[in-house]
Amino acid sequence: MDIILAGIKVHASTGGKPFDATQPTVVLLHGAGMDHTVWQFQSRAFAYRGYSVLSLDLPGHGRSDGPAPTTIAGYADVVAELLTKIGIDHAHIVGHSMGAFIGIELAARHRDMVQSLTLIGVSERMPVHPDLLEAAEADDHLAFDLVASWSHTRTAHTGGHPTPGLWMMGSTVRLLERSRPGVLHNDLAACNAYDSALDRAGEITAPTLILMGEHDLMTRPKGAEILAAAIPDSTTFIVRGAGHMVMVERPDPVIDELLAFW
Amino acid sequence: MADPKFLRFDTLSLHAGHEPDSDHHARAVPIYQTTSYVFEDVDQAAGLFNLERQGHIYSRISNPTVAAFEERVAALEGGVGAVATASGQAAVFLAIPTLMGTGAHIVSSGSLYGGTHNLFANTLPRVAGITTTFVDPRDPDAFAAAIRPETRLVYGETLGNPGLEVLNVPAVADVAHAAGLPLMIDNTFATPYLFRPFDHGADIVMHSATKFIGGHGVAVGGVLVDGGTFDWHTSGKFPTLTAPYDSYHGLEFADEFGTQAFLMRARVEGLRDFGAAMAPQTAFYLLQGLETLPVRMARHVDNTRKIVAFLDEAPEVSWVVYPELDSHPDHNLAAELLPKGSGAIFPFGIRGGRDAGRRFIERLGVFSHLANVGDAKSLVIHPASTTHATMSSEELDAAGVGEDLVRLSIGLEDPDDLIADLAQALRASQRS
Repeated sequence: MDIILAGIKVHASTGGKPFDATQPTVVLLHGAGMDHTVWQFQSRAFAYRGYSVLSLDLPGHGRSDGPAPTTIAGYADVVAELLTKIGIDHAHIVGHSMGAFIGIELAARHRDMVQSLTLIGVSERMPVHPDLLEAAEADDHLAFDLVASWSHTRTAHTGGHPTPGLWMMGSTVRLLERSRPGVLHNDLAACNAYDSALDRAGEITAPTLILMGEHDLMTRPKGAEILAAAIPDSTTFIVRGAGHMVMVERPDPVIDELLAFW
Repeated sequence: MADPKFLRFDTLSLHAGHEPDSDHHARAVPIYQTTSYVFEDVDQAAGLFNLERQGHIYSRISNPTVAAFEERVAALEGGVGAVATASGQAAVFLAIPTLMGTGAHIVSSGSLYGGTHNLFANTLPRVAGITTTFVDPRDPDAFAAAIRPETRLVYGETLGNPGLEVLNVPAVADVAHAAGLPLMIDNTFATPYLFRPFDHGADIVMHSATKFIGGHGVAVGGVLVDGGTFDWHTSGKFPTLTAPYDSYHGLEFADEFGTQAFLMRARVEGLRDFGAAMAPQTAFYLLQGLETLPVRMARHVDNTRKIVAFLDEAPEVSWVVYPELDSHPDHNLAAELLPKGSGAIFPFGIRGGRDAGRRFIERLGVFSHLANVGDAKSLVIHPASTTHATMSSEELDAAGVGEDLVRLSIGLEDPDDLIADLAQALRASQRS
């Protein structure tokens, strides 16, 4: 479905079922330079189990119009405005990587809106490698390659996609190639600059689930532990064998943990 | 500068798509010789059928051994995934209904494998009302001129048949994309070792895996690879991928699967409904081939270059077609697009026409006379006395297969043995 927000079209995939505001709402927030399709393995499962799914293309991404907000707080405000616009006063918020930072900011700034918070592939800070930032700023393909390479485990570099016949490394590179010029850099810069996660963590009142890939190279599980300690009501679950793209590499534990958590 | 550390081609050809399994730690890809897979519970089964969960249901749709082959080919081509099929022809066909329906139109290079030409020229119009305009593969403008409002696909072969026309993939891709259309390439003759069409603008690739991918000539199979490069929504011409699909409760493939939309529809509709699936045993054979693809292709090209040089000087030979020869019209394009070689299949003309061709074929000892290409063993065919024997010399010329044309597929034997075999058969061919 498309939502028009101040003249800007924001696209949300609804997991194959029409959005129904009378059901519990799940909002899925993707990471830097990506789009809603990173949740392709979860959105249908939730939609067919009694949840109304809004798997967003954040502004400037996927099928949404731009521009992309330049700060994590800016993204959080857009998500809040969007939910208000369609009459949703509270929802289960699930964010991956940059989307997790957006979730933290949303949960702190718009407390009543967040029924529960799930943070996947997160850390108290996300310092971005300077070579990656530089390549992204230059719209150099190297930036896509670095994100794809560092987002996946060594096993995923060889294969074993959960969907028969799909090739994970090629799929992640192609997804990033679809991002508009400058968007990956915009997002990485926003993550790099965001230093409020620990401060915001203490303000989060919603029950919070942190899902971390055992072999995450982008957001180290140690950083997630620091963040978890600062969130009053949080649980952490380590997904064995997964890297940073937890929901792509190990879709089933993500589905199962979230359904159990809600 | 940081390095992405992707595994490289030769490593992927051995490893992509498979990790030793957790139960038995088998190093080789096991043959999962099973039709079906036990469900964990009712909920998991329902999730699999509704594409909520990933996994195997029935081996017509997917199988673990076949999936390893599919991933490996996708990795080598640089795509987002692949669907393996019962043959190369099944792979070509699978793409068509995945993209279009009755009344649609294809613009294709006219220099095609005969089976594909038959499908496009005769069978698709009859069974599906899908027509094709064939154009000169050397003229990207001809592709552009043939595109109509109902066109849904631009198609060509990396190396045409029989003239080894090198398709200007970047230029034809630009033509296709300017019209909101994907470009599909038959990359059988080149293999991803010599040419990766996605790196040059193509959107879909197919192979007859029977040929160089297998290399051993023991298994027939095909594979369709999705580059994940084409934006179906922006084009707006592909309702099979952008409109709700009743068969999966209104699923919109491009919205839910993004870059993998084409491939997902090809599998869950095309394999489900048409059923031209690859058998696990076949996938196992083809995986053995892929493991040595880079070393084999390098040797195929080395041998081919030596034999082309020999034939180019042979007095019994009137012409040789190979893109690396200065005499070939696509010499410069081949140097640009195919720097590692222009494959191992090429035709030459034998002096003395149909009769000399017959004598030549019958005197060869190392070359095998048969209707296949891309084998580890060297192969030969003389169309005028075999596949096209009923055609007059005028008809043969019109088909681009003159009565003097001999096609070789160069194998991995010692090149001196191959040259010696050719030399004695050429001498014999000139004695009446």
